[in-house]
Amino acid sequence: MSPVQVEVVRAGALTTVQDRGRPGFAHLGVPPSGALDQRALALGNRLLGNPPDAAGLETTLDGVAIRPDGACRIVVTGAPAEVSVDGRPAAWGAPVEVPGGGLLQIGPAISGLRSYVSLAGGVVVGAVLGSRSHDLLSGLGPAPLRTGDRIPLGDRPPAPPSAVDVAPQPAPPDELELTLWDGPRRDRLADAGASLLRSATWTVASASNRVGLRLEGPALPLRGAGELRSEALVTGAVQVPPDGRPVIFLRDHPTTGGYPVIGVIDPAELSACAQARPGTPVRFRPRRVGWTH
Amino acid sequence: MGVLIRRVLPAGPHALLVELADQADVLGLHAEILRRLDSDDGWPWPRPTDVVPAARTVLLDGLEDPAPLAAALPGFDVAPARAPDGRTVRCPVVYDGPDLDAVAAHWGLSRREAIELHTGTEFVVAFCGFAPGFAYLTGLPPEREVPRLETPRTAVPAGSVALAGEYSAVYPTRSPGGWRLIGRTDLVLWDPGREPAALLTPGVRVRFEEADAG
Repeated sequence: MSPVQVEVVRAGALTTVQDRGRPGFAHLGVPPSGALDQRALALGNRLLGNPPDAAGLETTLDGVAIRPDGACRIVVTGAPAEVSVDGRPAAWGAPVEVPGGGLLQIGPAISGLRSYVSLAGGVVVGAVLGSRSHDLLSGLGPAPLRTGDRIPLGDRPPAPPSAVDVAPQPAPPDELELTLWDGPRRDRLADAGASLLRSATWTVASASNRVGLRLEGPALPLRGAGELRSEALVTGAVQVPPDGRPVIFLRDHPTTGGYPVIGVIDPAELSACAQARPGTPVRFRPRRVGWTH
Repeated sequence: MGVLIRRVLPAGPHALLVELADQADVLGLHAEILRRLDSDDGWPWPRPTDVVPAARTVLLDGLEDPAPLAAALPGFDVAPARAPDGRTVRCPVVYDGPDLDAVAAHWGLSRREAIELHTGTEFVVAFCGFAPGFAYLTGLPPEREVPRLETPRTAVPAGSVALAGEYSAVYPTRSPGGWRLIGRTDLVLWDPGREPAALLTPGVRVRFEEADAG
């Protein structure tokens, strides 16, 4: 049996191949990349019996349409969306059989931002530095999907135990209340900045992308000069540029930066950040790292 | 005297940022961390996923619990500015960059003297950042710092040899950039199919050599 290929019928606004990313190359200037909502991609792979490092498709707001040339099992996770096969409604969040030549359509996100299409066998386009993730910042990995592309799938895995056929997924957030752990330059927050950080509400700006969530709202006042010498950034770092509007770095973030990082979002909350639409309110709950005191 | 660790700072729940006095101490601590990670018994703590040097800091990321390592780091015995035992990359350069005359004027040197300053300097890769394979090379004397362009170029060709601040660099891929361009090289700085993908990795020595235009 020859491997199944999937034709991209409608690429959508920004649909990319994503997996767990390429950690371990930050010292070469390579961002971690990978699915922004790792929880959603991991669930899709688990429901299909794929290995956890299998690659799927990450959509942005308006879904995607694809047509496999052979029978194919898929799961849509992440942002809830209407799913159909040849025009007939199909399940979101549970395995769906698509016949060879059938049209799988994932509609616009009903809530949240990014839906994930996992396919049995995974997408097997060429890996770069051990990952098939497209990196928006550096351009590494396979290019974003274009209508007419054909994407090869890997060998279909044995069906997983049926007990996990449906799994609960957290609803995308109406607002983000984020745990903000100590960052290296927390002491650059002036007293007024520290109290503003606890009390203010920002909103997700429309200029946000896979690199980071840009926030609109009050400017955080900082002590001292705005710029530092370049230092390495972690995913979830909250950086305060000279205009005082915080930026939450997501997985395509630059590996180094020159503005103070006042805190770091709890990794468990980054999937929610991935699903936050422009306009979503954002508040921070600062938390101390125990060993510093 | 060993390397002076000024502070060990938290970078969220799973990372540490070690702050040092200068670039030489960063190179020293980075080399010591890699040496310990490579040895059988030099690293009793959980292993980091990433060790990322920068200008005055070294980040250790991907630590389940950073506390024990944070407590141990100040006790590391590190030789300062130890010459990196890495390889030397010879980089042929055609010195015809659009900013070469401006850089020479900034230094108060002739064009020829500016080229000789660049080829006569032994550079070391301090760290990578900005783009995959973009290496910040130290070695210029402090009085030879060069200001960035006020308006960055929207496209700098791959292989452009450049200066900014205390660093020299070679653009590994075509990208926007605010560094001053003094020349160009044919060396392939970045090739994801190569191991390592970056030609210039932290600790590597670099000598620029003047090449004929052609």
